[in-house]
Amino acid sequence: MNFSAWWAALFDPRSLDGEMLWRLRLPRAFAAWTVGAMLAMSGCLMQVLLRNPLADPYILGVSGGAAFAALAGMTLGVAANFIPLLALGGAFVSILIVFSLARSSGPWSGTRLLLTGVVTAAGWASLISLLLVTGSDGSLRGMLFWLMGDFSYASLPGWAVIVLVLGVLLTMGLARSLNVLSMGETTAKLLGESTQHLMWLVYALASLLTAAAVSIAGSIGFVGLIVPHLMRLLVGSDHRLLIPAATLFGGTFLVLSDTLARTVVAPRQLPVGVITAMLGVPLFLVLLNRTRLKGQD
Amino acid sequence: MAVLACHSVDLEIATKQVVSNLDLSFEPGQFWGLMGANGIGKTTLMKCLAGLISPDQGRVSLDGQAILEIKRKQVARQVGMMQQHTVYVFDASVLQTALTGRHPHLGNWQRESAEDIKKAQTAIDQLALDGLEDRSVTSLSGGEARRLAFATLLVQEPNIMLLDEPSNHLDLKHQVSIMSRIGNEVYSGNKLAIAAMHDINLAACYCSHVLMLFGDGQWSAGPAVEMFTRTKLERLYQCPVQMVDTPDGKRFHPSFVESSN
Repeated sequence: MNFSAWWAALFDPRSLDGEMLWRLRLPRAFAAWTVGAMLAMSGCLMQVLLRNPLADPYILGVSGGAAFAALAGMTLGVAANFIPLLALGGAFVSILIVFSLARSSGPWSGTRLLLTGVVTAAGWASLISLLLVTGSDGSLRGMLFWLMGDFSYASLPGWAVIVLVLGVLLTMGLARSLNVLSMGETTAKLLGESTQHLMWLVYALASLLTAAAVSIAGSIGFVGLIVPHLMRLLVGSDHRLLIPAATLFGGTFLVLSDTLARTVVAPRQLPVGVITAMLGVPLFLVLLNRTRLKGQD
Repeated sequence: MAVLACHSVDLEIATKQVVSNLDLSFEPGQFWGLMGANGIGKTTLMKCLAGLISPDQGRVSLDGQAILEIKRKQVARQVGMMQQHTVYVFDASVLQTALTGRHPHLGNWQRESAEDIKKAQTAIDQLALDGLEDRSVTSLSGGEARRLAFATLLVQEPNIMLLDEPSNHLDLKHQVSIMSRIGNEVYSGNKLAIAAMHDINLAACYCSHVLMLFGDGQWSAGPAVEMFTRTKLERLYQCPVQMVDTPDGKRFHPSFVESSN
């Protein structure tokens, strides 16, 4: 389809091309953009919260809970329409478990949260393996696609857009506090942050964004880990720049990846998670290598 | 001007008593040296004074109000603390880090003004970090990181400065320069500084008052001239000390002869 045909289809939704554009391609692209933006933002937040550059949106088990619920639904033959809802529910259950366990004795600390989350995530992973092993062959493919992330059946619910917009606004309001928090909890407290509240808010926000993203398209890997780092290399670590940059790039990156996933071996489709990894890993390594060389000059 | 006071403060770490029944008022224009052996609890006491941890008994007050009940942002406009170690995980630039000192003075959506940037630049220049503005904090040397931490504290403009071993990692020139900066803030700017220190002679040069921690909760406080005596220092460090009279005043060094016996 060339540009003029595309252009014509855009203004003629009733034609065959128009139907395809408006009903399939554009909703899918919007869904991909929103999910990518949410994952990238959540990655930025998690990295600050845990003060660990290796943290990604899934590290605290949010996606594990979602995946378990979604896969359990598929095993039990729940209709595909309800899978996102189940995933969202599973994500919230996991968020609550980690949150209450991490807080149960004494105040918040990044280490305790990290350990609780990582262990919970491992627990979910073992349950997921159990489902995969015991699941019927027929549902296995769907499960694997879900685990790697897939937009084939994705639609963009209105509430997800609201979550993203609210997330961006809140995070931008917190951006300078995030800069301070990334220097450590004590430093942040000495510079006037009530860190317990702040960390709670960041955790809630990051988890909510992840839960929304995962419920739409499964657990797409690498976006939430690599996009924040790429943007840090490009625009620096001031969150007032980093957050918008990561949001915009995360969305764009996932739309591109999804387009590739759809077309590379067309008419078959690949799970988008495979593409994000195959694009993201070399891109990241190249950029990392370059900046290191520049630093040595 | 802000006054920091301890009212019957008991403080312990694990099962070790840092201070018991500490009643002391720290006032503007005073430069306190906080002295004691390694692991005696100087840092813990500093954190308690900064309102980061709560004492086991008694309370710390800032201008008469319990510091733990004041909003952190309000506290941070009055009280700043330079920690013993600063570990940077993410690559922020030196200028950006110095600017975080303005954080307590700004609202959520507010950006640093040109004046804020000027303050940060001035502090960077004063600590001889100019030229490093765009360097990543993760690449700084130990001494540079120390000076940046102090620069950030200056940018914060607190009336009360808590300094945990400010001269650590610094060469002789920078030790003197950072101590005279603090002295200048205190004596000309009528501010209050409390610094945990190990260097008796630096403390003797700059401090007006000294608080000594002897362990087991025992402490002694007073004007520096009364505190720097052989008896007290030997009790403090469990080590024989020699006193020398110099044209600049009394100086102390460990007695090498006696300790080798």
